Amino acid sequence: MATVFQKPKALLDVPFSFCPGCTHGIIHRLVAEVIDELGIEGKTVGVAPVGCAVMNYNFFGCDMVQAPHGRAPAVATGIKRARPENIVFTYQGDGDLAAIGTAETVHAAARGENITIIFANNAIYGMTGGQMAPTSLPGQITQTTPYGRDPKVAGYPIRVCEMLSTMTGCALAQRVTVDCVKNVNIAKKAIKKAFQNQIEKKGFSIVEVLSTCPTNWGLSPAESLEWLRSNMIPYYPLGVYKDIDAEVKK
Amino acid sequence: MTKVLMKGNEALAEAALRAGCRHFFGYPITPQTEVAAYMAKKMPSLGGTFLQAESEIAAINMVLGASAAGVRAMTSSSSPGISLKSEGVSYMAGSDLPGLIVNVQRGGPGLGGIQPSQADYWQATKALGHGDYQLLVFAPSTVQEMMDLVILAFDLSDKYRMPSMILSDGMLGQMMEPVELEDESYEMDLPDKPWAATGHQNKRTHNVINSLYLTPSSLEDLIRERYKRYDYIKENEQRADEYLCDDADIVIVAYGASSRISRTAVNQARALGIKAGLLRPVTLWPFPVKAIEKHIAHAKAFLTVEMSMGQMVDDVRLAVNGRKPVHFYGRTGGIIPTPAEVLNAIKEIAGGKE
Amino acid sequence: MAKAIINEALCKGCEMCVIACPKHILALSSTKLNSKGYHPAELTDESKCIGCASCAIMCPDVAITVER
Repeated sequence: MATVFQKPKALLDVPFSFCPGCTHGIIHRLVAEVIDELGIEGKTVGVAPVGCAVMNYNFFGCDMVQAPHGRAPAVATGIKRARPENIVFTYQGDGDLAAIGTAETVHAAARGENITIIFANNAIYGMTGGQMAPTSLPGQITQTTPYGRDPKVAGYPIRVCEMLSTMTGCALAQRVTVDCVKNVNIAKKAIKKAFQNQIEKKGFSIVEVLSTCPTNWGLSPAESLEWLRSNMIPYYPLGVYKDIDAEVKK
Repeated sequence: MTKVLMKGNEALAEAALRAGCRHFFGYPITPQTEVAAYMAKKMPSLGGTFLQAESEIAAINMVLGASAAGVRAMTSSSSPGISLKSEGVSYMAGSDLPGLIVNVQRGGPGLGGIQPSQADYWQATKALGHGDYQLLVFAPSTVQEMMDLVILAFDLSDKYRMPSMILSDGMLGQMMEPVELEDESYEMDLPDKPWAATGHQNKRTHNVINSLYLTPSSLEDLIRERYKRYDYIKENEQRADEYLCDDADIVIVAYGASSRISRTAVNQARALGIKAGLLRPVTLWPFPVKAIEKHIAHAKAFLTVEMSMGQMVDDVRLAVNGRKPVHFYGRTGGIIPTPAEVLNAIKEIAGGKE
Repeated sequence: MAKAIINEALCKGCEMCVIACPKHILALSSTKLNSKGYHPAELTDESKCIGCASCAIMCPDVAITVER
């Protein structure tokens, strides 16, 4: 018998510290598989966020830089401008990318910074114990919206892919999810394209991955997958919002 | 060697280029915008990066990234912008990253004013960001010294793996003075950085640039190691300039713009028969306690002159340690004291004021 | 012939592999506990495994290796 599935080489032999059923684990594995398949681990530098993925400098085998909260795109910009031949990616959650880091995210896209951003959107702040995220849904109960998010008080969620798709420098903005095998395969293709775009110097690429947070949603992993399908996908439709290749073909 | 008339801010930028810095990330703010403008003009011809970031926060984080990738990088700003950089600087210090931050001080607090001040001394030497750490802090007083200290700042920053700061002010940044420039040479032998995040090329284990250490004993050990480095620096890297101090009764301690004014006042005092001298710190951290120590026995008093409500005076008092009186004269809000005011302060002390 | 090999020490008992398996041959063990206190997943009938790797694809802890 031959091995048809195993841990990618770009992941170190370190058990993930994520909660049971947390889709961060799947997404990290997909990033590592893509790095393996493109053969780029030796020249890749990853930027770790602040959030549940903060310690992913322990999981990935490539060189890693841990960034202040929200600043990963700026840190990535510094690395990429210093070493354009390196492949530079960030991995960020919804608070990191769309709250404190909104300016850094938007401007890296505006500049068409030739980097790859992996965005795990689980509509909540995980690491700090379940507070509202800029992507939390109206009516969603969180620690800081204990009666449900009221848009009159707390505003409406931010649709990151749609927002960034308006930027000329954005080469790819695609929203995917990892709730089932079919969607995981689509997600992996998107992540691969986001890295491939960087190799081909096409500009800023972001893959937004709708994710679960069983612990802070108060649901089992199985129930969380269902909650994601019923509540998140309708508000955050899956699909390609910007693809510079598609536009060129037009 | 040629002698060229240069503006302080521009000389600073030119020196950074000659020090091998090829990555400048900044944001416009008065009175330092000329640094960015000079870099914008000259960087492309050297194949370097000039990037006007979206904010001072983004700029310091770009410096963090570039420095983590092993290159010499810098940013420049003024007081309110430096406040924004606090978090990034703390992360850099906590990750043992080099890098240069330039503060061309202006009046504060808040939006303050655009005229020169020295009210960011505490920020630079004690409080630029949270946690136990220090920056190397250099205080030029002439445009020539600005250039010399920029190169030293990069060298020591790389040597000791910690951020450096040039604490300039609006007067030094805007004034023009002659500087001696070696014939244009931008070729540099820069130190190797095997710790940097450059991509492991499958030849080594991965490098991680990080400041997070959740186990308290690990974090304490790391900080104590860093402080051993700081102790070495305190022992070996203090710098100060002494003018007529050896027989001085009244020693003025002043840096930057204040030191220029005080020097004139010292000359005027001497002409009146008052034995005044000027001790000019060139490194603000490490603070030149050794230079001060030399003069405590013979001096009758110390006078700190600052463009602030009195910040460096605390460090002078600590160094003098109660052995002689330490006086203070200062103006703030963007006002530059005149030599006459400083002379007056000297006279009052000489006249027996306690 | 195929089999999914589950690293019981890494398993957190999240059941995402159980849901994903098209042959319904995965379940959390009712008797075993790993050192973290989870009931790890196990193959209930190895003979029915088709080596599709759905379980491994959905496992957030990279705990499953598949051979075929």
